[in-house]
Amino acid sequence: MQMIRDNNWVLSVGTFLPIVGVLLLLVTPKANDAAIKAVALLTSIATVLVGVFTLVNFDFDQAGLMQFVAQTDWIPVVKSTYFIGVDGISLPLYLLSMVVTLLVVIYSLDHIPSPGNPKAFFILMLILQMGMAGTFIAQDLILFFVFFELVLLPMYFMIGVWGGEQRQYASLKFFLYTMFGSALMLVAFLAIFFKTGAESFAIPYLVENGGGIAKNVQVWIFAGMFIGFAVKVPMFPFHTWLPDAHTQAPTQGSVILAAILLKLGTYGFVRIAIPTLPDAAIEWAPWIGGLAVVGIMYGAFGCLAQTDMKRLIAFSSVAHMGFVMLGISTLTSFGVNAAVFGMVAHGLITGMLFFIAGSVKERYHTLEIAKLGGMLTQVPRLGWILGLCSMASLGLPGLAGFWGEFPAILSAYNPADGLNVSVYRTYMVIAALGTVFAAAYLLWLYQRTAFGTPKGHDHHDVHDVTTYEWVAWLPLLVAIVAFGVVPNLLFGVIDPAVQQTLRAFGG
Amino acid sequence: MSLVASSAAAWTAPVIDYHALAPEIVLAVGLSVVLLVDLFTAERNKWLLSVLTGFTLLGATLPVLTLAIHDDSVRSLFDGRYVVDEFSLVMKGLFLLAGYVIVLLSSAHVEEGDYWRGEYWFLLLTSLLGMVMMSSSRDLVSVFVALEFLSIPAYMLAAWRKRDLRSNEAGVKYFLLGVFASAVMLYGMSLLYGVANSTLLVDIGESINLDGDFAAVQALAVVFVVVGFAFKVSAVPFHTWAPDTYEGAPTPVTAFLSVASKAAGFIALVVVLLTAFPAGRDVWQPFVWVLSALTMTIGNVFALRQTNLVRMIAYSSVSQGGFVLMPLAVAGGAAGDAALRAVVVYLVVYAATNLGMFGVILAVSRKTRSGDIASLGGLFSYAPALGVLLTIFLASLAGIPPLGGWIGKFAAFQALLTDATPWAYVLAVIGAVNSVIAFGYYGNVMREVWMRPVPHGDNTPIVTPSSLQIALGITAVATLVLGILPGVVLHFGDIANLVGAFGG
Repeated sequence: MQMIRDNNWVLSVGTFLPIVGVLLLLVTPKANDAAIKAVALLTSIATVLVGVFTLVNFDFDQAGLMQFVAQTDWIPVVKSTYFIGVDGISLPLYLLSMVVTLLVVIYSLDHIPSPGNPKAFFILMLILQMGMAGTFIAQDLILFFVFFELVLLPMYFMIGVWGGEQRQYASLKFFLYTMFGSALMLVAFLAIFFKTGAESFAIPYLVENGGGIAKNVQVWIFAGMFIGFAVKVPMFPFHTWLPDAHTQAPTQGSVILAAILLKLGTYGFVRIAIPTLPDAAIEWAPWIGGLAVVGIMYGAFGCLAQTDMKRLIAFSSVAHMGFVMLGISTLTSFGVNAAVFGMVAHGLITGMLFFIAGSVKERYHTLEIAKLGGMLTQVPRLGWILGLCSMASLGLPGLAGFWGEFPAILSAYNPADGLNVSVYRTYMVIAALGTVFAAAYLLWLYQRTAFGTPKGHDHHDVHDVTTYEWVAWLPLLVAIVAFGVVPNLLFGVIDPAVQQTLRAFGG
Repeated sequence: MSLVASSAAAWTAPVIDYHALAPEIVLAVGLSVVLLVDLFTAERNKWLLSVLTGFTLLGATLPVLTLAIHDDSVRSLFDGRYVVDEFSLVMKGLFLLAGYVIVLLSSAHVEEGDYWRGEYWFLLLTSLLGMVMMSSSRDLVSVFVALEFLSIPAYMLAAWRKRDLRSNEAGVKYFLLGVFASAVMLYGMSLLYGVANSTLLVDIGESINLDGDFAAVQALAVVFVVVGFAFKVSAVPFHTWAPDTYEGAPTPVTAFLSVASKAAGFIALVVVLLTAFPAGRDVWQPFVWVLSALTMTIGNVFALRQTNLVRMIAYSSVSQGGFVLMPLAVAGGAAGDAALRAVVVYLVVYAATNLGMFGVILAVSRKTRSGDIASLGGLFSYAPALGVLLTIFLASLAGIPPLGGWIGKFAAFQALLTDATPWAYVLAVIGAVNSVIAFGYYGNVMREVWMRPVPHGDNTPIVTPSSLQIALGITAVATLVLGILPGVVLHFGDIANLVGAFGG
């Protein structure tokens, strides 16, 4: 496979730069609050600048190819290499992880959750950033696995130390679910390695040779990967860790979880499971599609039943990731394009919604929907932002959410060769119904929280959007509108890479 | 009379390669010096002994290095009964360095404890000498002698706190079950000798084929020997001594038992299985398969229930043993090389991590004087460095990248799946599930450290003696480097260097 190896240092620097910040933070005295925040901020700004450099130097005419490729020995005895690169699918997610981390750091300057200790908090966040960015650029299964796992501990501590009432339970549940998935995933990685002749863990190599594995074996290997990625997405019925983790996590944790971590799973399907095991993908696709639409409906009903705003947003994630997985399960370039767009859009929108939830909690000291109300009169700007994001989340045309959802549904009309058309059309109808429910729960949420008159007595903490919040939020809001109005900004990059990835399915 | 005389005349002294034996010689001289110095030093100067012990171990590491650098060829002594090859050098290096870290872990503990210091260092060195010998033994007699050499001082060390009932219980249990295991093994060995007419492992390997008139005897012999080693490495269901012994023994001794002593048992098992019974695979592989699955699972399930830290570690170390056994369940043919490599890698990583964890426990217990997991509550808030270190070690034991433990588990899985039989995949899935269960209790300790309040609000900082700090530094760096650049350690286990070794 052709690759572009120019500027091959860029990705390594972008990914490992946070380590420099971590080391600096380690030697910064705990008491020096300002220095700690400065180091964290500067590190994430520097990381984003490297990201911008990557973006500028990315050859958009060849977005289907791996670029900035670097490849050196890492663990020669097990034939694993340090092999990294980005294409049109990785690039948006890689950059998203950097930008979201920066915005979360900015937000944290003013909002360190209890029990404090910004030093540890920022160290964990930077390690998290490294793991996320690394996962999106890894082109070697073992390297991918290491980065994929690297995010576990920081998130575990972020939820467990800085989280809500049930934080210990939620963090352990998050950890055990994800680890269970990734343990089986590792076995599957080893199986595909040996079944392709024990030559290499490089993803391009496996894409070329994975198709040669007998179909019944492929199905089993896919099962292992499926569990690993499906837990992370999370797909119904592996989703139960998500509402707990989201609800208990501090705002920053929820934002990162929603914006980036969930995408590690869907990205794994697009990058690894489907291209390396094409025959198994055809076998599994209807089941994945089925679970996806179950997730859409389940998430929607779950949302309607919630009384807590943050938990509602968490359940809406289950539904949205259902759309993404439905798009992926069609195995068409149209569907996968929609899915990758959906990943980015969901990252922006749901990340934003969790930011808002955090700020609402800070002002009203509750997220009980019944105790909220009248935000538009009391904090009009926050109320309007919530409105915009709810509209984006329910898939209003002109905002980013639409381009993830609508094409995903449409793609189910015409799935790839070898998939049962009538099954997928049924999925399409159910998914379309799901959007109606999405509109229902989001509008209902908005109505209950933003309309009406303010409730409760103690309002002296209630104030409108602060400067820190504006700085952290504006880029996300701009992106939601920009990608909604000009979706080709994103589709143009994604599409060539998706075409390349789905070669085995005839486009 | 004449017969004796004539055989005596025929006997010629073997040519001894003193360079190859240098590590053993340094250790033997060192332990004698320690014993002598102990007799003639005043109580207040006994700290000299720990220094001497440390220098002896480092001194013995030097010839290991020169041997490793000198040439790659295998040095075979005493007609192949004692072999110095890369495998044995790696293991010797591991034992000596682990021993050095244990000296660092022990010194403060021993100085402050009003114990019999001279004996402690002497016994420690003796046991380490046994382990170093074990790495090179390729003969039933030398394997057995080395095994006893390393075990007997360990029994005494376990019971070393004379006035403490628990310590006595620890020593007695360990001794009784250890002796029982030795007896079983010795019986198996005698059968092997009867069948093969030789004690040399390579010769036995040629005779044991599970074929012909003595097939049943051969099978029995193989099983007995494996059972004997299963006791030594505390594989389920032969593990029952481990929790009591680990809990009762002084903590540095527990560190020693769970790391060095266990590793010695494993390498003996590997050498015997792969050299003496390659053709007996049909007997021992299913047996090891079951042992491995049971050991991982039972160890984990019991570890989940523990409230005492050291008991939890005991069960966790039982469970980790199951992972070491895992690749042996398919070892043979191409997978044999991978299995051997996996065992070496696992033992190296496990040694670094586990010793580090014991270091943190020793440091913390200086303040808390308690063995409860709950006594670690809020450690991160008042001793962040120790809290982070403990987290690193626990995460490494749980096998979470990028900390050392993952490469051990990875190598084990990889070796297991080299022979892609369905049984191998079943065991791999059992292993995968177990590595998740294991996080249940490792995570529980992390939760205490990070998320729970400090018991009694006692926020006094912990004073860590410098020897402990050095030990923690060494083990933490090792754990991180092994995890991030595993090529370093995997290179040691590069199998091309080991195959020749087994040929003798």
